[in-house]
Amino acid sequence: MKPSATNIDRPVIEVDRVSTKFGQAVVHESISLSIRRGEIFAIAGGNGCGKTTLLREIIGLITPSAGTIRLFGLDSRKLEMGDGHPVHRRFGVMFQQGGLFSSLTLAENVAVPLREHTTLSAGLIREIVAAKIAMVDLPPDSAVKYPAELSGGMRRRAALARAIVMDPELLFLDEPTAGLDPIVAAAFDELVLSLKRLLGLTVVMVTHDLDSLWEIATRVAVLGRGTVLGIGTMQELSQSNDLTVREYFHGPRGRAAREQAVRNGQRRDA
Amino acid sequence: MKSQAAISIEKHVIHCRGAWTLPNLVQLERQIQTLRWPDVSDVQFDTVDVTAMDTGGALLLQRCLKSIPRNGQGSAPRGLRPEFADLLEKVQMQRPRPEQGAAARGANWAERITRVVKARQAAALRALAFIGESTIAFGQALVHPRTIRWRALLRFVELDGVRALPITGLLTFLVGIVIAYQGAEQLRKFGTNIFIVDLVGISLLREIAPLIVAILIAGRSGSAYAAEIGTMKVTEELDAVRTLGISPMNLLVLPRALALVIALPLLTVYADAVGVFGGMLIALGELNVSFVEFVSRFEEAVPVRHFLIGLGKAPFFAALIALVGCYQGFQIRGGVDDVGRHTTISVVQGIFLVIVFDAICSILLNWWDL
Repeated sequence: MKPSATNIDRPVIEVDRVSTKFGQAVVHESISLSIRRGEIFAIAGGNGCGKTTLLREIIGLITPSAGTIRLFGLDSRKLEMGDGHPVHRRFGVMFQQGGLFSSLTLAENVAVPLREHTTLSAGLIREIVAAKIAMVDLPPDSAVKYPAELSGGMRRRAALARAIVMDPELLFLDEPTAGLDPIVAAAFDELVLSLKRLLGLTVVMVTHDLDSLWEIATRVAVLGRGTVLGIGTMQELSQSNDLTVREYFHGPRGRAAREQAVRNGQRRDA
Repeated sequence: MKSQAAISIEKHVIHCRGAWTLPNLVQLERQIQTLRWPDVSDVQFDTVDVTAMDTGGALLLQRCLKSIPRNGQGSAPRGLRPEFADLLEKVQMQRPRPEQGAAARGANWAERITRVVKARQAAALRALAFIGESTIAFGQALVHPRTIRWRALLRFVELDGVRALPITGLLTFLVGIVIAYQGAEQLRKFGTNIFIVDLVGISLLREIAPLIVAILIAGRSGSAYAAEIGTMKVTEELDAVRTLGISPMNLLVLPRALALVIALPLLTVYADAVGVFGGMLIALGELNVSFVEFVSRFEEAVPVRHFLIGLGKAPFFAALIALVGCYQGFQIRGGVDDVGRHTTISVVQGIFLVIVFDAICSILLNWWDL
């Protein structure tokens, strides 16, 4: 949607032979993957396999022990946090706990990136903030509430509103549906899909919500044993030869999620 | 070269061009403000040349559409790309109603005062309830001393008493020196050097040492109590304690309060000694009052009641500080900034109450000629 200086065909994110070690513990061993423009890319895997670590490396919060990560063709080591690098305006991040500033109201929270990075008039900022709050399906009267006064699901939506307020090209979601009830989680998936369509986003999400994986992910990378065990669409992965990947998708929950997805797909086709 | 955004009017056609995205919005908004909208009904918006549009751009276009006075339903922008039209439609659907925000904020001053009064009222009630609960817990602990958590209590005596020895010692030592210095100037004028003992002894033992110790402990321990209990509340540890059938009063408040009630008088005695020693050094150096003279004068000049009054106030100071600290900890509701706020309040209120209590004591004791 936005004119981009970089080549359209070039992957938005390139992870090249990245290894991560925390002291003795090896988290990643030479991981490589690339994420294309316009897809919803999910990073899945069991607890503690380094999904969130990989996400934090991509957005430059941690530096990998070895290997390079390129974000819009830029080495992520060059985006030391807090230096106001222009790349920061091209992606939004929704953290697991929301990361909302507890001393600011919802509307003020959403307005922070606009106030910090643009010189827009106060009136227009207010309008954009109101539009974003409405886009994530939050009621208008929640705008004056503080994060502590919001429910968990509302806090997620508020964090999402803040992540997309600059109309970024790239959106990172860290476990967007964890801890939400199935109805709210499904609604959140729908929301991500509709925002992706509306704003032309590329979405990278960390999740182990099998429903989300079947419903909205274009491609999925399954991490485990320090490497990428499998990468591809859900259909491809469920036929994977790797035992861990198969187990991941063919457990009782995995089957249920798949059947549900198939049913939803048929309903949509009808 | 980034494409610029522009808007211009030719007769009945409004041309929109370029990238209607965040970097261009400031300049675009300025352009829109200087435009004179045509006062006719059949205005056309030509948006064929809009190359990019984000939410902010859609909002501005929407603003233009609405600012045509006689613009009916009919004039949808011509030639807008479908994906931009979707965005515009979404934004149009979600026009915020301004009165909602205002209503929630409560613009009326009378309403605001009412809210403040009600909040204060509720806070006063909560404080009263807390005092009641802690008194009951204290009474129960007196009747059944076995329910007191002695291990925790001793730990707090160590943390808030023993570990505070160096800083309280240093501080009262310095205060003793300061008082002696200030007194020495005046006393030397009258040749009444030996009265330095009265000055240092009475002021330190009766007022200053207990007060300095109390203020220090309010800053050191009162704040810690508020922050500890508050963080436990934020991380739901407090709820866990309650659901496990343990009384937070018994588990958290009593050990802290009792520990301070034990530690503060001990610290005060220690501070008395160190402070007087500081005064003795200055008496020797400035006024030639030897240690032997000082101590023998001390016995007759400083009646033991001054020491006892000072010491007697210490447990009350301790109870005030500990209860305010714990109470503020329990008041923490929301998140991170609430912890900071209530920690600050605990220190300010702790010191405030200590000084107010001290003043009341002074007045009462003066009436009773003590």
